[in-house]
Amino acid sequence: MAKGESCILKMQGITKDYFGTRVLKGIDLELKPGEIHGIVGENGAGKSTLMNILFGMPVIHSTGGYGGAIEVKGNPVSIGSPFDAMKLGIGMVHQEFMLIPGFSITENIKLNRELTKSTLFSKIFGPRLESLDIEAMGNDAKKALKSLDLGIDEWSKVAGLPVGHMQFIEIAREIDKSNIKVLVFDEPTAVLAESEAENLLKAVRKLAGEGVAILFITHRLHEIMAVCDRITVLRDGGMVTCVERTRTSMPELARLMVGRQLDEAVRIHPDTSAKPLALRIRNFSVDMPGETAKKIDLDVHEGEILGIGGLAGQGKIGIANGVMGLYPAKGEVSFFGKPLPLNNPKGAILEGLAFLSEDRRGVGLLLDMSIEMNIVSSAMVIQGKFLKKYGFFTQVDKAGVRRHALETIKNLDIRCKGPDQSVRRLSGGNQQKVCVAKALALDPKFLFVSEPTRGIDVGAKKLVLDTLVDLRDKLGLTIVMTSSELAELRTICDRIAIVNDGKIVGILAPNADDTDFGLMMAGDYDAR
Amino acid sequence: MSESVKSKNRGLSLGTRKFLTNNVVTILFVLVGLGGLKVSGLSIPFFLDDIINRVARNGFMVLALIIPVLAGLGLNFAVVLGAMAGQTAIIMATHWGFGGIGGILLCVVLSFPFAYVMGLLTGKLLNKTRGKEMITTLILGFFANGIYQLVYLILIGTIIPMNNEVLVLSSGVGLRTTIDLTDGLKFGLDNVVKIPLTLFSVLAGAAAAAGAVIQYLVRRRRPLGGKARLNWMVAGLVFGIASMVWGVYQMLNQSMFSFLRVPAVTFAVIVLLCWFIHYFTKTKLGQDMRTVGQDSHVADVAGIATDKIRVTAMIMSTVLAAWGQIIFLQNMGTFSTYGSHENVGMFAIASLLIGGASVAKATISQALIGTVLFHTMFIVSPLAGRVLFGDAQLGEFFRSFVAYGIIGLSLALHSWKKRMQGKLK
Repeated sequence: MAKGESCILKMQGITKDYFGTRVLKGIDLELKPGEIHGIVGENGAGKSTLMNILFGMPVIHSTGGYGGAIEVKGNPVSIGSPFDAMKLGIGMVHQEFMLIPGFSITENIKLNRELTKSTLFSKIFGPRLESLDIEAMGNDAKKALKSLDLGIDEWSKVAGLPVGHMQFIEIAREIDKSNIKVLVFDEPTAVLAESEAENLLKAVRKLAGEGVAILFITHRLHEIMAVCDRITVLRDGGMVTCVERTRTSMPELARLMVGRQLDEAVRIHPDTSAKPLALRIRNFSVDMPGETAKKIDLDVHEGEILGIGGLAGQGKIGIANGVMGLYPAKGEVSFFGKPLPLNNPKGAILEGLAFLSEDRRGVGLLLDMSIEMNIVSSAMVIQGKFLKKYGFFTQVDKAGVRRHALETIKNLDIRCKGPDQSVRRLSGGNQQKVCVAKALALDPKFLFVSEPTRGIDVGAKKLVLDTLVDLRDKLGLTIVMTSSELAELRTICDRIAIVNDGKIVGILAPNADDTDFGLMMAGDYDAR
Repeated sequence: MSESVKSKNRGLSLGTRKFLTNNVVTILFVLVGLGGLKVSGLSIPFFLDDIINRVARNGFMVLALIIPVLAGLGLNFAVVLGAMAGQTAIIMATHWGFGGIGGILLCVVLSFPFAYVMGLLTGKLLNKTRGKEMITTLILGFFANGIYQLVYLILIGTIIPMNNEVLVLSSGVGLRTTIDLTDGLKFGLDNVVKIPLTLFSVLAGAAAAAGAVIQYLVRRRRPLGGKARLNWMVAGLVFGIASMVWGVYQMLNQSMFSFLRVPAVTFAVIVLLCWFIHYFTKTKLGQDMRTVGQDSHVADVAGIATDKIRVTAMIMSTVLAAWGQIIFLQNMGTFSTYGSHENVGMFAIASLLIGGASVAKATISQALIGTVLFHTMFIVSPLAGRVLFGDAQLGEFFRSFVAYGIIGLSLALHSWKKRMQGKLK
């Protein structure tokens, strides 16, 4: 780094705590005019939190602010709101579009920065009643679109435009801010097709050429290698390194990004490759919004714990949801040799599959019902267990429910005041155990577990994972666990399939090389 | 499902079908209104006289509903609070013995602070009950009614001194149930200038034609496409000339129509409000309001003070509603102290919805068309009920059935549409 060049933005020793958990542990970042700076890291590495701090988002300030210092052009600043950030010349192209579909492109580009002209009314009632200068706004929008080589009418409505164009409108909005100095791209290519992504990278280079400093956040390493000058790697809220592009390589970045985080206590992985197939999936596609799976082929052997890993939004969650019939799926699935009916949740459960949803509080539990009713609800509704029959009528077998609940609470060590406590009051870990109990009440042969440790504190995480291993060892269940946290997959799984862009890129052993994991997750495995 | 629907409707062009589905409510009411008019056997001049009166009386209140819809607050049932502010001002002016146009202006000024405070409080409350704005405003109307009764039934004469034998009950506490404005504010606005309908038609036609041409020539930089702009100009011109020709023809013929009189100033006030709303949507504040109404999260991120904008919208609506109630009551000439405001929200909202507006979208033309159609029902249905069933009461039932039914239907349609959109995402 040349000392002579002045930094436009400097973040030093940035820390952030959420409710006592440190999510950012001293991040340093320097940005020079015209530089394209890449930030890479897994989900949860702290990228979004860092950007939220830079933008003074309310979520930061309502949770106690942050530590460390931010300097813009050498002057220490405090950014208390997105508006402050805007005034300092920091702009952001959001991952989810901040566009209003019912407005024209011009209105979107000029959102809250409309040009106005004074009228008789505004002279009496103040500047808020100045009328919009439609013509000037249109001209500005046209100019911004032109500088991105985007030939669309500035008065057409945003609704119905292709996704790629929407992204460009967001960029045009930032360019249109005359004082823009730093522009953040948050996963800009995540929703774009290949050719659109190319165009975007071109636009990014063009902007940098005009002296705008760019922060480029992505998990696509080949894009980082294509455009960035320097790259900062984050992992687990800590800063791993900041390197120049020319001094690193894709495999190295992948290794730095994933890192070795698992404790070395090696589990014994039983060899199940000779056992019969529990689940055979062929040519399997799931249409789950945001988690689309495309043409998956996967074999799961009886008695194994298979992990499905990958970054958020790549489709790993879709697989379990598709097999369980919760989202429209097509393809071929056979379960212990028998074809499994698709798009039929009840059928899947009756066949002996059970599912712990990633949406624990939404789908998995009836929050205001008691623990015991949660445990037996699925079994009662689907299999007719825990019911007494009186002719045409059925009644809940209260004694049976209580007996089963007490037994399960003991077996799974659910910490509660009693079986009639409502689930809402339980801690995350204990809620997850209730989910497990609910699945077990179905007497399943096969268990899908999605994000079992999401939102659970560190100590309870281990307990949940241990429970899963116990289920396999003692009850002989076959388990497929989907998780965004590679480290936990590597702790308990026998094999790990990595999903990228809706497809399985490869299946690795838990002790495989970090570099392989990193490259597969970033979708750059073939490029190696 | 789209396949089967498509094949069924192949006979109609896409544009026509879209027009029909988007305006199904309005079209239905036009048909029912025309049918009722025929059945009831009302003469057209009589009908016109009544409808002119009713539009002048109610138009302002319906227009007061547009701004909250723009700001995403839905249908503002709390115009009832505005109406109470208006009535408060009228009671004060009557008590002090003001009348005529001066009295009306005094009411406008007096009602402003009351309406402003009520709108402010309503807006603050709505910011705490996001997503449930409509039910909140509805219940708030009932709640405010309780306070209103407390003030005028019990506090007057006990805490608030008021010596007025005409207004206060003989016990000295509480207002009488009916207040007569005949010697004071009655027709204070309407009677400033009354011109014959024929002359009004000629003048309005000339204004429309001139407006259309000027709009076409001056505002050529508008984002509206060339052809659409031309169409609007031609439509305005045709309407204006037709209106002028009709007016001149009736004037020369000395027909029944030439005896009808139009409260010109009241209509001028309504036109002024229309123009203001139109202008307002194109101001910075109006644009902010539309942004908040479309997506308050995006507005937040863009740095718009969402909460403040919503409060502003509520204040504007409540103040306009107060003035709307003043216009309504000066035309009625007498009002029921504890009842006149009660159905104001319901009827105004039903009018707006019949005009084709929804919870999320309302325009000036929808408000005006809706007012005409809704009050056509009011005039026609008792008579039609008597002709068809021998009982005017039945028409009366039909009327309230329509008012409540249309609101319920519109709310159900809106949430259904929203759910379908959610599913598509």
